Amino acid sequence: MTYFIDRRANAKHKSAVNRQRFLDRYRTHIKRSVEEAVNRRSITDMERGEKVSIPTRDISEPVFQHGPGGKRTIVAPGNKEFVEGDRLRRPGGGGGGDGSGEGGASNQGEGMDEFAFTLSREEFLDFVFDGLELPHLERKNLVDLDEVRQVRAGVSRDGTPARINIVRSMREAQARRIAMRAPIRRALREAMEALAEEERKDPVLRNPARINALKEEIERLEKRLEAVPFIDTYDLRYNNLVDQPQPSSKAVMFCVMDVSGSMTQAHKDIAKRFFLLLYLFLERNYEKVELVFVRHHTAAKEVDEEEFFYSRETGGTIVSSALTLVDEIIEARYPSGQWNLYVAQASDGDNWDDDSVTCRKLLVERLMPRLQYFTYVEITPHAHQALWEEYERVEAEYDARFAMRQIVEAGDIYPVFRELFKRRAAF
Amino acid sequence: MTRRQPIATGSDWNFEILDAFEHEIARLADEYRLDTYPNQIEVITTEQMMDAYASVGMPVGYHHWSFGKQFLAVEQAYRRGQMGLAYELVINSDPCIAYLMEENTLMMQVLVMAHACYGHNSFFKGNYLFRTWTDASSIVDYLVFARKYISECEERHGVEAVEQLLDACHALQNYGVDRYKRPSPISAAEESRRQAEREAHLQAQVNMLWRTIPGQLPADALPGMVDQEDPLGLHGGGRYPPEPQENLLYFIEKNAPLLAPWQREVVRIVRKLAQYFYPQRQTQVMNEGWACFWHYTLMNRLFDEGLVDEGLMLEFLQSHTSVVQQPAFDSPYFSGINPYALGFAIFTDLKRICEAPTQEDREWFPDSAGSDWRETLEFAMKNFKDESFIQQFLSPKVMRDLKLFMVVDDDQEEMLEVAAIHDERGYRRIRDSLATQYALAVREPNIQIYAADIRGDRSLTLRHVQDSRRPLARSVYPVIRHLHQLWGFPIRLESVEDDEVVRRYHWPLAEEERRD
Repeated sequence: MTYFIDRRANAKHKSAVNRQRFLDRYRTHIKRSVEEAVNRRSITDMERGEKVSIPTRDISEPVFQHGPGGKRTIVAPGNKEFVEGDRLRRPGGGGGGDGSGEGGASNQGEGMDEFAFTLSREEFLDFVFDGLELPHLERKNLVDLDEVRQVRAGVSRDGTPARINIVRSMREAQARRIAMRAPIRRALREAMEALAEEERKDPVLRNPARINALKEEIERLEKRLEAVPFIDTYDLRYNNLVDQPQPSSKAVMFCVMDVSGSMTQAHKDIAKRFFLLLYLFLERNYEKVELVFVRHHTAAKEVDEEEFFYSRETGGTIVSSALTLVDEIIEARYPSGQWNLYVAQASDGDNWDDDSVTCRKLLVERLMPRLQYFTYVEITPHAHQALWEEYERVEAEYDARFAMRQIVEAGDIYPVFRELFKRRAAF
Repeated sequence: MTRRQPIATGSDWNFEILDAFEHEIARLADEYRLDTYPNQIEVITTEQMMDAYASVGMPVGYHHWSFGKQFLAVEQAYRRGQMGLAYELVINSDPCIAYLMEENTLMMQVLVMAHACYGHNSFFKGNYLFRTWTDASSIVDYLVFARKYISECEERHGVEAVEQLLDACHALQNYGVDRYKRPSPISAAEESRRQAEREAHLQAQVNMLWRTIPGQLPADALPGMVDQEDPLGLHGGGRYPPEPQENLLYFIEKNAPLLAPWQREVVRIVRKLAQYFYPQRQTQVMNEGWACFWHYTLMNRLFDEGLVDEGLMLEFLQSHTSVVQQPAFDSPYFSGINPYALGFAIFTDLKRICEAPTQEDREWFPDSAGSDWRETLEFAMKNFKDESFIQQFLSPKVMRDLKLFMVVDDDQEEMLEVAAIHDERGYRRIRDSLATQYALAVREPNIQIYAADIRGDRSLTLRHVQDSRRPLARSVYPVIRHLHQLWGFPIRLESVEDDEVVRRYHWPLAEEERRD
């Protein structure tokens, strides 16, 4: 007796729970790998999984086993030249773990030093957000790939009554009625003509049987003509809606960072996460996101991402140089009517004293009127300096579009975006 | 024999074709008197196959991170193309569940049906180990019970607490089997019904055991009363347990002083599942050999009758050959003896011995030579495990074909020594040695519970009977740490060789040892 059962439609991810358990258990290892990946990858390249390796000894499931040593015999296949009594050098590696007779050698990666596996994109982002202490609601918004909007797209044969398209349905019904009635009408007309012809004949020559038959035929056809329904279910047409990806405009994001000597690599790594988060956000909301990297010490310069994060500079700090450059770039390449402009600035708070006032003026007069949002993080555990105070005045003026925050570690970043993310929910 | 039209050609399949093939295979299997459980053949996707794999083939399993690890490993290997998913997975249950992967070609599906649904299936039903240690009709129900029970425990006591308990039990699961005693059959309904009862009972037993530590002895414990009050003979003053216990998990379940009733139940679940897998660990060569022998035989019959065409047959032979291939010890593909190859070779040769014995066969196998091959093979399948099967049926011809040789690796010698090769002088020694290699008792260290110090510090002493100076691997420390978690008091482990304690391990470690 045999049954076939088609299980293909059943749930796929039976192991999802176990997989999650595993990830939870080795959270610290995985986190470390993810952190490294974030530091290594471009911020436009967070949208894929990551290969993670964990040392095998850390995840082994121990059982009682024989260790190397003692006396044992091994039976192996494929003898070519040995005869009884031959003496052989011990194969390298010591301890002779050649694994013969080990029975169920089907286990994965025994002997491999690393247990390697791949995190999916969602899992990867989840770990990234974990480090940033992002609230779960926001995570979902950032992980969900396509924000869609329903748009009209013609008509379709099925749908809900609420979407019925009356004009099209009636037109279909009419067409059907015409099509269905035409042959009946034709037959009817022929029958009428025949009857008329018959009746035109001399009464003597009339054939009463034929007249009766024709009359019956005419009656039958008239009934059939009436029976053609006025509207039928397959006439109905519904307005069709399709999901269309929502982001349909473009944005440019300026990453502005102080690279003066006081910014260490650790500062830059935190700054990178700050930029990353804004980028992920913008990517969800705009079809096209361009990145402009502006770094500055006493002078500002537009650079590529590699140079932005990893090259070292020394010297003092003039923040306004960067803001001026951003302004120039906007003028030259990104007319504000066509582009949504975002600026993210990271710094350790140092600035030439009298420059901070210039910065405020630049922001208030030139930049803020054109920007969607300006975010500023000051990565320092120390007290604020002039720049912070000037920026606070800007914030007072542009409350909803200006956010600033002092951060010490990556977990502090998210609040900078709280307003921005909230605003989006109201879109 | 009439040649018929092939049932189907090409590599596409559908359910009608599968059904038609299944029908024909069933007919042929019946002709060969293969006795099987009913088959339940499930068609699944690759992902589902990986799921099934990760849970060691159990159709339902409780949740544990180690299965997740298994899944990730399988997935990784599969994605990198290092591993084709094994095309068969079959569960020893009644009805016998076999999986067919959607992506397989028609040939694969037919092959898997012959291999799993008739080969493995008849082995599960016939072999004495499976008949004794597993209960095919109730395993799926029991798994459902186990999963439900463990998830209830997780709800009540937290995932972490359950996980740690399972970790500890898994470390000892190979020592959760009674090797010589027929275990009582498991049944889910019975388990659920009796579970509450057992909780109370178990706890009472344990309490009785531990109540008798010094200082708490009831003052009026009269010698005459002791027998009823104390069935375990604790007051006798001898060692407890009086005999060494090989079933570590059973001992823990019944005697660990501090475990809560639900924890004992979890120990029991792991123990019962270990017992279910116990026969599989001991019959790998036989089981795979038997299944390969039958898929080979059945496929050839299908071809002889014209039910499959040459194309399908060539594809089959290609696949079959790679399954039963045995790379030589110096080949880069060598990873030990291939149980499929060895088992297939022995069964095939046994058939030859029955049908066309040589003089040598008559000397070596006087009972089998010239007998009815179907009965002889049936006898071999039913009454042996790998160890005894090799001892009994490994023929000189197979040893010659595989070019088996035996090496002695003694850490006191500088060089390895080739002790025997596939010649007249070596056959018996190779056969002995290979058989021993498959004996669980040799593959796994022999460790038993020796004494529980119920009057003193409550420490538990285990004895490792060391053989040929082969020491325990370093993993002994994590394992006794797990054992310590279960027992709750110090663990000592002594390696004994020739009645002398040669090495001692203990847990917890003292402060100064920890620093090493």
